[in-house]
Amino acid sequence: MAYSDKVIEHYENPRNVGTLDKEDPNVGTGLVGAPACGDVMRLQLKISEDGLIEDARFKTFGCGSAIASSSLVTEWVKGKTVDQAMTISNKDVARELSLPPVKIHCSVLAEDAIKAAIEDFKKKRAARQAKAS
Amino acid sequence: MVKLPIYMDNHATTPLDPRVLEAMLPYLREDFGNAASRNHVFGWKAEAAVNKARQQVAELIGAAEQEIVFTSGATESDNLAIKGVIEFYKSKGDHIITLKTEHKAILDTCKRLERVRQERLDELKLLRLAQLAGQDVTEDNQSELLAKHDVDSDETYRKWAELPTGGARVTYLDVEPDGRVSLEKLAAAMTPKTVLVSIMFANNEIGVVQPVAEIGALCRSKGVLFHCDAVQGISSVPFDVEAMKVDLASISSHKMYGPKGIGALYVRRRPRVRIAPIIDGGGHERGMRSGTLNVSAIVGFGMAAELARKELPEESARLLRLREKLRKGLTDALDMTIINGSLEHRLPGNLNISFAHAEGESLMMGIKDVAVSSGSACTSASLEPSYVLRALGVDEELAHSSIRFGLGRFTTEEEVDYVVNLVVDKVRKLRDMSPLYEMAKEGIDLKSIEWTAH
Repeated sequence: MAYSDKVIEHYENPRNVGTLDKEDPNVGTGLVGAPACGDVMRLQLKISEDGLIEDARFKTFGCGSAIASSSLVTEWVKGKTVDQAMTISNKDVARELSLPPVKIHCSVLAEDAIKAAIEDFKKKRAARQAKAS
Repeated sequence: MVKLPIYMDNHATTPLDPRVLEAMLPYLREDFGNAASRNHVFGWKAEAAVNKARQQVAELIGAAEQEIVFTSGATESDNLAIKGVIEFYKSKGDHIITLKTEHKAILDTCKRLERVRQERLDELKLLRLAQLAGQDVTEDNQSELLAKHDVDSDETYRKWAELPTGGARVTYLDVEPDGRVSLEKLAAAMTPKTVLVSIMFANNEIGVVQPVAEIGALCRSKGVLFHCDAVQGISSVPFDVEAMKVDLASISSHKMYGPKGIGALYVRRRPRVRIAPIIDGGGHERGMRSGTLNVSAIVGFGMAAELARKELPEESARLLRLREKLRKGLTDALDMTIINGSLEHRLPGNLNISFAHAEGESLMMGIKDVAVSSGSACTSASLEPSYVLRALGVDEELAHSSIRFGLGRFTTEEEVDYVVNLVVDKVRKLRDMSPLYEMAKEGIDLKSIEWTAH
């Protein structure tokens, strides 16, 4: 299969690979996909009190398109508000990376990872607020 | 400095040996005759060349030249063997036993024969239903009539269903975790209707070599024909149709440094094995395979077979030494690696290895100057991981993380050293960005996590 130049570029120079402290109350972690399907994405977002995404890190087990999709969204979400990040759709990712039809699920996974990370952050915050009150 | 790209996919195809090309060239130039032209020198020359090649191919597998039928390749040979036996021996039985790890040319041929049988049974069932109901069966009344008349337990229908259908019943045997067939399970699967066992010599993905001589002896003792898909490995592991009691064998030229588009089916003469042709025409190849002979390719195939026979002992030892260097280089440097299939009963040039938590397709992307294959779903159109690895019981994640290396006659030690370094480096890089590797290192049991399948 031929990969687009952008997929190759992200695969060879992935942005923001790494791990944030998942115990940090400002870090939301999204873990999506399944090893049996050949793709697992973990996206971590560090979110400020006023809802700004200050940092993003990923680790992905999967094909080049899955790695590129997760690398791309870490770039996109940084500096965005949580609400803005929630509007990123898999179609944006697929278009940016020129993913062929069989690789669309990689972009879906990237969108799911953003949503899962934000949801995790919101859950943590709600739990903290419940504790505080 | 090693020359790139490096070819390590010799199970897919092999390069043409320059000595083979040399042998072929005159037959693509001045010696263009048709081997079936009986009355001029052009035909005689072509016929003589074909006869020589037939002798060379026969010798490689311990056969007589009259037992070699040239075909377009092993897929055709597999089709001819299975369909040819089922048709010819239809009055004797219609049951085939094969393995889940066979090549698609075997499995899909068997599936077609199962469909043919099922379609015939469906037809007979409707005929009998009409008789029992005393009226025509239409699409509208069919289900109502079937509810009224239990055709399946009707004695006449059951008798009809035992008549030859033109198709076959097929048992797809599981293999043991090492990839080999169990002889006890094979013997237990045989029925009075079994006419054919089709089991490969060596597997194209995992390189596991089946106990062919034992299978041959078992089949002979039970009066069942034994077809062996011997495409892989006959240039590096001795294969002898007499010693192994093989009745039919498929072989391919381009897997042993000959040209593509040419193969052969070995058909035993004593005791005589019969097959019905699947291609009709001018009656070439003693009526078993019509069509003008591809003389230049046959000459190349013959030369490739002769070289394989003469160089086998040396080649086998050299491949094993290189493969072991590759295997040790990778497994010494990396943790969490798994060799898929038996290491002991394996082609010397094959290494099928899973690098846990590093996905196969992305690894192939990282080593793009090295041609290999992966059992990862992502490399196939179907998005299903390798059915061969699944049949061994290999975990799906590990199937996604598998790489097949196929070493060959032209693989050099420098290439092996280069590949070891490159693969180790890229696996480490991928694992550094793999959440699964991080979790495994932290001691988290990945099986305990509820994954969201997609």
